[in-house]
Amino acid sequence: MLEVKNVYKSFGNNHVLKGIDFKVDKGEVVAVLGPSGSGKTTLLRCISFLERADSGTIDFDEFHYDMADISKKEIHTLRMQMGFVFQNFNLFANKTALANVMEGLVTARHVPKAEAQKRAHEMLTKVGMEDRADYYPAQLSGGQQQRVAIARAIASGPRVVLFDEPTSALDPELTGEVLAVMRNLAEEGTTMVVVTHEMKFAENVANRVVFMEGGNIVEENTAKEFFRNPQKERARQFLQKTIGEA
Amino acid sequence: MSERVVEIISQSFFQILIPGIQVTIPLTIISFALGLLIALFLALVQIANVPVLKQFALVYIWFFRGTPLLVQLFIVFFGLPSLGVVLDAFPAAVITFALNSGAYNAETLRSAILAVPKGQTEAAELVGLTYGQTMRRIILPQAFPIAFPPLFNSLIGMVKDTSLASSITVIELFTKAQQIAARTFEPFVLYLEAAAIYLIFCTVLTLLQKWLEKKMVYRTPESKLTASENKGAGEEK
Ligand SMILES: Nc1ncnc2c1ncn2[C@@H]1O[C@H](COP(=O)(O)OP(=O)(O)OP(=O)(O)O)[C@@H](O)[C@H]1O
Ligand SMILES: [Mg+2]
Repeated sequence: MLEVKNVYKSFGNNHVLKGIDFKVDKGEVVAVLGPSGSGKTTLLRCISFLERADSGTIDFDEFHYDMADISKKEIHTLRMQMGFVFQNFNLFANKTALANVMEGLVTARHVPKAEAQKRAHEMLTKVGMEDRADYYPAQLSGGQQQRVAIARAIASGPRVVLFDEPTSALDPELTGEVLAVMRNLAEEGTTMVVVTHEMKFAENVANRVVFMEGGNIVEENTAKEFFRNPQKERARQFLQKTIGEA
Repeated sequence: MSERVVEIISQSFFQILIPGIQVTIPLTIISFALGLLIALFLALVQIANVPVLKQFALVYIWFFRGTPLLVQLFIVFFGLPSLGVVLDAFPAAVITFALNSGAYNAETLRSAILAVPKGQTEAAELVGLTYGQTMRRIILPQAFPIAFPPLFNSLIGMVKDTSLASSITVIELFTKAQQIAARTFEPFVLYLEAAAIYLIFCTVLTLLQKWLEKKMVYRTPESKLTASENKGAGEEK
């Protein structure tokens, strides 16, 4: 459904992505794991065109583009089919929770206001934030903000939702509520790419694991196999370190 | 204080206050509002990196910040007629003050827009907003509270700068004080009076600023504290 091939990206002399091939199938949950600085965030940002890849191609259902040579309009078309959840939420600070969820519907997709409002309320209910619909982001806890951000990302019914470490800016006691929302989405068949350091979540919710290091994909495996019996030595060391700590 | 001085004060106070209300205040408000539009334009073309217009903005700001306001007034009122552009004193003053404050406030607005976290733009783009929609609906509403105190500073500054318009024959507050001072030979009293009226105007503006800031503070990004104080308001809904 979504596939990028041969993605290269460098910042100056720092080669961050060195020919990544990555894909997600419909209904699949892919966890992207890897040590800090391995290029996970950069990969998601290239897929959503927040960063422009130096080279690579993207196939997204009926769309096929060269990632380095793509027009603004084409980027817009692709983005209209994606949802994105940031590590630090990035809710619109000048809008209430409800207005945050409505914004993309009303302004970008021209959904009539009443309908968008109804849909936004449904989304907030889904993430358990209906009672905070009229709150501004600054009035919400981190976990609450992230749940609203998830509601915003899924409101337009995107074909895929990209998550960049959605819980790593949260206190441990708040990660649970966000992971629970994500688990529900996964169970409903939402196609998801999740960059995460939550090993339990990756093991129990993801179908597939992609392990990155140094700008390369080192191992790709089913989640079960990856955690039970990783193929690559690097992956094994990574698991030992992260799970050993937990 | 001699009886004569008391009488001069009681007579002249309203004679000075009236042009203050009829000329100084409208001159300030109209000039400031026009200047704000100019400033927004200059800030946006720089931030959006519009070729040619960006360079124009830089030269514009360089000129108006680098030359004295009084000289600019003289150029517009006394200089332009030799090019065939003859303006009445009041519009000449409005134009000059607007052009001048536009240059200063452009920098205020530009830095306020840049102070809105980049993640806001990224989030807006990803929910499908265009650049223009992102600016209008997300960035500018957040930049405004940041720009508000320095903009108000510049407004208060302008109230006082309008006294320069007396030098191009606009009959405003200070012109009137000068005229009465010349007639009564009491410059000390009259100029103190003029100062007092400017002080009153600026005090009112300062109070207005405090009040307005309180009204908008909890929408600003880094207002966790005020936000928690406002929690009750959210819960009533
Ligand atoms: N905008 C940028 N400019 C310059 N270098 C960047 C930029 N963004 C990322 N990098 C560099 O790219 C490399 C990969 O960063 P990236 O954020 O993709 O890693 P990550 O795998 O997401 O790490 P983490 O787990 O810490 O989030 C790092 O060396 C980082 O310094
Ligand atoms: Mg990252």
